[in-house]
Amino acid sequence: MFDLTGKTALVTGASGGIGGAIAQALHAAGATVALSGTREGPLNDLAQALGGRAHVVPANLSDAEAAAGLIKDAAAAMGSVDILVNNAGITRDNLFMRMSDDEWQQVMDVNLTGVFRLSRAALRGMMKARWGRIVNITSVVGATGNPGQGNYAAAKAGLVGMSKSLAYEVASRGITVNCVAPGFIETAMTDKLTDDQKGKILSQIPAGRMGAPDEIAAAVLYLASPEAGYVTGATLHVNGGMAMV
Amino acid sequence: MSDIADRVKKIVVEHLGVEEDKVVESASFIDDLGADSLDTVELVMAFEEEFGIEIPDDAAETIQTVGDAVTFIKGAV
Repeated sequence: MFDLTGKTALVTGASGGIGGAIAQALHAAGATVALSGTREGPLNDLAQALGGRAHVVPANLSDAEAAAGLIKDAAAAMGSVDILVNNAGITRDNLFMRMSDDEWQQVMDVNLTGVFRLSRAALRGMMKARWGRIVNITSVVGATGNPGQGNYAAAKAGLVGMSKSLAYEVASRGITVNCVAPGFIETAMTDKLTDDQKGKILSQIPAGRMGAPDEIAAAVLYLASPEAGYVTGATLHVNGGMAMV
Repeated sequence: MSDIADRVKKIVVEHLGVEEDKVVESASFIDDLGADSLDTVELVMAFEEEFGIEIPDDAAETIQTVGDAVTFIKGAV
């Protein structure tokens, strides 16, 4: 099941915990992967660990030119981009009243506009191939909101509306567009939380634990697979029951 | 018909799956040949590839008929 042999996948933010796990899962299912991110070191390490069928294509998605360039680089390395996983994201948390225009804009640029530009650039090849998968990594906070994350939550909720609109447009061409919305996942980002903060979070999660990056990767693998061809415009929540939406 | 017109016609026939005799110069992609808006985007992409040209978005919007496409491409190649 979920055989991606012969498919090519670009994963952004592959130097992070979730992105790395996604790249590994797609690779293990047979896909050729292109790993993107801003930090080349971890990307090279991951590519080496994966062995064959792995390419490193660094990019800074806050740069408007970089998005179209990244799709070109990935297609040059792999021959095509059949699967695009928009996982790259940043946070610039602050209380709403204290949030600067810059903090707002940086998050919008990378988390929302970056995904728009990358998806637009990738669609051309997918349309011609009459097959494509776009999987956008959103967040539980896009559905629930979160104090201190007005910018992040807005961008993540924005991705859902964008994904649904695009899903309408390209469904007849064999292209699906879906979101995976992680809850609290054990990564470098959540390692920074204090025990007290973690305790509060865990009390809100029916599963009683944080999720693992592999559990997000499995959801992405499903949506990227041929078997998920009839699923489009959907958001798959992977959050241990924290928000049942 | 010129070589360019023949190649345009061939792309339209293949892409929209319409009868060759319906693809006349005056035929509108949307009104006469059953294209939807996404088809017209794909046709423009196919023309760009076939003729090795760039068709900017504002020009693409003016290409409504087979004849429009032939005229534009003749001017661009």
